[in-house]
Amino acid sequence: MSTASLHETTHHADHADAHHGHHKETFITKYVFSQDHKTIAKQFLVTGIIWAIIGGLFSVIFRLQLGYPDATFPWLEDFLGHWAKGGKLNPEFYYALVTMHGTILVFFVLTAGLSGTFANFLIPLQIGARDMASPMLNMLSYWFFFLASVIMMASLFVQTGPASGGWTIYPPLSALGDASMGSKIGMDLWLVSMAMFIVSSLLGGLNYITTILNMRTKGMSMTRMPLTIWALFFTAVLGVLSFPVLLSGAILLLFDRNLGTSFFLSDIVVAGKVLPNEGGSAILFQHLFWFLGHPEVYIILLPAMGMASEILSVNSRKPIFGYMAMVGSLFAITILAFLVWAHHMFVTGLNPFLGSVFVLLTLLIAVPSAIKVFNWLTTLWKGNIRFTPAMLFAIGFVSLFISGGLTGIFLGNSALDIHLHDTYFVIAHFHIVMGVASFFGMFAGVYHWYPKMFGRYLNNTLAYIHFWVTIIGSYLIFWPMHYEGLAGMPRRYYDFSNWESFKMFGGLNEFISLIAMLVFAVQLLFVFNFFYSIWKGRKVTTLNPWAANTLEWTTPIRPGHGNWEGDIPEVHRWPYDYAKDGIDHIAQDVPVGAGESKH
Amino acid sequence: MSTTTIPAGTKWWSGGKSPFNISYGKVMMWYFLMSDAFTFGAFLISYGTIRFSVNHWADPNHVFNAFPFAGHANLPLAFVSLMTFILIFSSVTMVLAVHEGHQMNRKGVEKYMLLTIIGGLAFLGCQAWEWTHLITGTHDVLVNGKLEQWGTTVTKNPWGPEVLHNGQMVATPGPIAFGGYFFGITGFHGFHVFSGVVINIVMYIKTKLGHFDQRGHYEMIEKAGLYWHFVDLVWVFVFLCFYLV
Repeated sequence: MSTASLHETTHHADHADAHHGHHKETFITKYVFSQDHKTIAKQFLVTGIIWAIIGGLFSVIFRLQLGYPDATFPWLEDFLGHWAKGGKLNPEFYYALVTMHGTILVFFVLTAGLSGTFANFLIPLQIGARDMASPMLNMLSYWFFFLASVIMMASLFVQTGPASGGWTIYPPLSALGDASMGSKIGMDLWLVSMAMFIVSSLLGGLNYITTILNMRTKGMSMTRMPLTIWALFFTAVLGVLSFPVLLSGAILLLFDRNLGTSFFLSDIVVAGKVLPNEGGSAILFQHLFWFLGHPEVYIILLPAMGMASEILSVNSRKPIFGYMAMVGSLFAITILAFLVWAHHMFVTGLNPFLGSVFVLLTLLIAVPSAIKVFNWLTTLWKGNIRFTPAMLFAIGFVSLFISGGLTGIFLGNSALDIHLHDTYFVIAHFHIVMGVASFFGMFAGVYHWYPKMFGRYLNNTLAYIHFWVTIIGSYLIFWPMHYEGLAGMPRRYYDFSNWESFKMFGGLNEFISLIAMLVFAVQLLFVFNFFYSIWKGRKVTTLNPWAANTLEWTTPIRPGHGNWEGDIPEVHRWPYDYAKDGIDHIAQDVPVGAGESKH
Repeated sequence: MSTTTIPAGTKWWSGGKSPFNISYGKVMMWYFLMSDAFTFGAFLISYGTIRFSVNHWADPNHVFNAFPFAGHANLPLAFVSLMTFILIFSSVTMVLAVHEGHQMNRKGVEKYMLLTIIGGLAFLGCQAWEWTHLITGTHDVLVNGKLEQWGTTVTKNPWGPEVLHNGQMVATPGPIAFGGYFFGITGFHGFHVFSGVVINIVMYIKTKLGHFDQRGHYEMIEKAGLYWHFVDLVWVFVFLCFYLV
């Protein structure tokens, strides 16, 4: 066996050398069908940004409806055609918009856009590898994602509109074509697109796991890996083990829709007509969905946690507090993520005893989460903090994770959840803790690693405007929703003005909508900054602009395919030797000196 | 501050010891199989949930009692035993192919890969016959007081509880989940066998062309073998769920 792997090693080494040596690359092989992990990362990032703009725009449109239920916007008709006749959003399309907003943001932006970008970009660079274990599968991972994107995009333009049963696509709404406009072809396209997406995530995840396990440079033991890599590793494990269950659910649902089976349908009467379906269980689908759906939350959150850990340490000029505790808590969260899915289903008639087990397991997640939060805070404590844009977003991430995490303790209680389920309290909770928080992690990552990605800096002034408007705006949007939810205001309603009890929130809803539009506009400022700086940003002139210890900063300013021009650096220490023995920072490839203290 | 690099020529990607001490390709295959196990697990658990929520389930001894060219002879589970034997036997030949690969014996690998491919194709052929027999073979079913002739499909189950009708015991419609899960899960498994056969054919051709001899090792055969054994293992569970209980 050892001869075999040695042989493969040299084979790949030759391959990598060939890439940054002789043989010219065309535009197609360099930018389109590229096998370079850095280019693939950028492809994921740019596709994610496009999806984020679309998904964000959808939220602006349905916030218009929620904020101004009595007004008409004639320009909407120019934009949406018959879905907004006379400038009034069609209720069916309102549901399509919220469904697609969720689908796009959860899967296409915060899963593919986040993991796809940073796992691809950072894993080989930070562990000291020339590329992923299988660059070919890595490329396929992006192109399956692209295919999924094309199909999902196409579903926006079919006559009956895209899927509209909510991003959780519960049957029977999603299983019966006649249930609603969005249950027709749009739903089939949703399912096929997700199947492609799952293939993409599987190919990517397998690569991330094997690259981390097998391709680390000499000296880079598991416990010397940056926390970003640990987080991306557990993210990949979560994805590889939970997405297939959604695949099973999606396949069975496609059968129910197109072959007349009854996996999720039983005894249904539609418009006075008894359907032939019998014996299936809609709750079964919810179990299959949430077995992915809950780990999915951590697939979204863990990369943000990893990047925040790294960025907080670098910019506090202090070692991360409790490295092993951070790794252990990531591991604990990964395990618990698989054991709590039914807390989404407390009101489905779940056995109350089983419910109490899920309450216990859910509340247990507070323990590793709190460990992480306290470690971040103690990393900041007495640090020599540099408030770079990346640092601000990382601190913002911690703030949002605390705020949103605390309401999770409310919702995790099945007794309280009966009141809060499907209200705006839930919306506020998960948007803060996984939506906005993960976006903050992603922004932190982009601001921090942009110089490595493009060899240029983002504009700092625009970045500060972006940060302050986004963090204040996010709290202004989602904080009031807690009160609305506690008052019982249900989610997924098109219009609240007919309910006496919710009329008083009219002004508040308008306020939320206004802030949402402002925050969306500021994200466009970020997009402008992103693309403008690729060509016009200030050039990076030093190898290590943030004075960080990790290996990606030992590569050339604009690394080619293969990352290091000469040999790969050997690693002698963990990545958090900041302010050690009076030295500001000691990079990972510096040998341990005589008489140097242990960290 | 001086830094160090790894001298040229050393293994540059295994500084930290791989926890499993196997090549990345095998790690990847193992994780893929774990992922695939979750897909099958979700299917089989769904099947279990529904099956044990209904009062009556088709008796496998009745449903699977036919054998090709045996007419109406009652041979419960005989054919599926043959299918299972063929698939398990193809696993044996796969093991032998991997073994020959370790010995760098190209002729041996070719021989056993060919046998494995034949085993896979034979299993698929058996499954095709069984499906056809179930779908086209009709049975008396009492529907709303009238006798109808039903095959077993994803929407029709002629294996429900029997009732007395004109002095004869006749079946009533059974839970339609039976056909859906049977065809869904054995079909998904069959699709895996088919993919395995395609992979094995590619491996066979690559062996014949001498690719692995040039490479100096037959690890690809080993990886294909992992997949093939997994597909066999899944069949054991499918067999257990649909034919034995």
